[in-house]
Amino acid sequence: MKRLPLLLTQILVAVVLIGVWHVATTVPINGVKLLPPFFFSTPLDVFNRIVKWLLEGTIWRHLAITLTESMLAFVIGSLGGVLIGFWFARQRFVAAVFDPYLKMVNALPRVVLAPIFALWLGLGIWSKVALGVTLVFFVVFFNVYQGVKEVNPTVLSNARMLGMNERQLLRHVYWPSALSWMFSSLHTSVGFAVVGAVVGEYLGSAAGLGYIIQQAEGVFDVAGVFAGMMVLAVFVVLIDLIVGAVEKRLLQWRPSPVEGQLLTKP
Amino acid sequence: MGGSKTAILEDRMGGAGRTTAPGDAILLDAVSVAFRLAGKRVFTAVERANLNVGDGEFVAIVGPTGCGKSTLLNVAAGLLQPAEGRVRIFNAPLTRLNAQAGYLFQSEALFPWKTVIENVAIGPEIAGVKPVMARENARQWLGRLGLAGFEARFPHMLSGGQRKRVALAQVLIRDPKILLMDEPFGPLDAQTRQIMGNLLLELWSADRKAVLFVTHDLEEAIALADRVVIMSAGPASRIIGNWRVPLARPRDIAEVRLLPEFLNLHREIWSVLKQEVMKGYKQADLASSMA
Repeated sequence: MKRLPLLLTQILVAVVLIGVWHVATTVPINGVKLLPPFFFSTPLDVFNRIVKWLLEGTIWRHLAITLTESMLAFVIGSLGGVLIGFWFARQRFVAAVFDPYLKMVNALPRVVLAPIFALWLGLGIWSKVALGVTLVFFVVFFNVYQGVKEVNPTVLSNARMLGMNERQLLRHVYWPSALSWMFSSLHTSVGFAVVGAVVGEYLGSAAGLGYIIQQAEGVFDVAGVFAGMMVLAVFVVLIDLIVGAVEKRLLQWRPSPVEGQLLTKP
Repeated sequence: MGGSKTAILEDRMGGAGRTTAPGDAILLDAVSVAFRLAGKRVFTAVERANLNVGDGEFVAIVGPTGCGKSTLLNVAAGLLQPAEGRVRIFNAPLTRLNAQAGYLFQSEALFPWKTVIENVAIGPEIAGVKPVMARENARQWLGRLGLAGFEARFPHMLSGGQRKRVALAQVLIRDPKILLMDEPFGPLDAQTRQIMGNLLLELWSADRKAVLFVTHDLEEAIALADRVVIMSAGPASRIIGNWRVPLARPRDIAEVRLLPEFLNLHREIWSVLKQEVMKGYKQADLASSMA
């Protein structure tokens, strides 16, 4: 796929959507606007709001806080997921004992935990980090658990025939295999870290993107809500780009799907 | 020629295991292997198989699909415990993994997250050789196998034949006394198989390791081996024939196929193998009609 036409088409989609939004909210048809600006705001208002935030500089503090919470949630959740996933995969009995409890906790909608975390950890960043951790942990845990359990048996036999002892098997076979599964879920787990942070902020905080959106909603400031969502969307896309670059470096030993496509369809 | 043409068919079926010859690298003595299936049923893969591989001897096992050839190989490797029978490696009973053997697997066994040179150097490294020296040694082996310049690639960037050569280097760098090969060239195309076969013979002739080579391709077996062993169709397959290959070395496996000795031996073995292949098909048909 050529890059430039793709990018142009993607921009065109945005232009058309914003155009429709603009016309529907500002041009009256038979004296009635299709989308009342009170409920839908207008692209111009939203744009002005974002510019105002950027000029005033208030938005940066909120962004920094959301970013900090997301990163902490990601790091702590991943670390826990890798360690516990690894441990469970190697210790069948432990895994069997905790299996129902893990399923119960994982089935719990995390939103109900938010007030508890707020009680325990206060309204600062740590209650949001905790919420993010509960989301990230399970994604990473299940992937690592699967990764260690489903190590290719031929590769494992080969490693043993090459003379590896248990410790060397862990280091050269189980560990890389588990990490590769964790990295392949990087997009999901980073996304969940952001979700945890924003939802936590939304439900009770004094700063962050979720807080901005919640505040705007409280006073029926639809332009503010939409502006907050736009900033959040751009934030997430940027993070995803960084994750993509990291992933490409870490998983360079894997055949990339694009490469395969080029080979079959020149 | 007449004498060498007639097969040396040693009947060892059912009989008590023969006494250990001092020169045997591998000795399987009345080995049976059984697997527990779902429920309480037991599937006997191999029944009372007797097989020996002398030191420096190249033995090929041929049999119909699913006859338990690979099972025997895994027993010799120590990856599988036989239900009955003795396994001796250089006259010592095999109780755990066979540390004297290098194993070339049928499917992909390279570490996909390691580069080519890391894959080859791993054997010496885990044995305690300094990484710098292990790398240097690995570089030499890769050069010997025509893979110079590919050191930094990952396995998925190589062709099937190149990956097999890396796997060969990975095994040979450890200098095992025994080489176990499980249809190693199975997935390759015909031309690459011939090239790999000649490469294998060339490397083998340098220090004559004991080789146990499993294949379903009779031509490949005769072209490569000193001795060809035939297994019956499974389940409960046995070793039913044993032919010495009267072809001089060094051989070129593409040319050797045209020699009259080769053709005669091929015809003779095939007359036995064909029945087993047919039986194997019938078993498979029966199994699928029952399912």
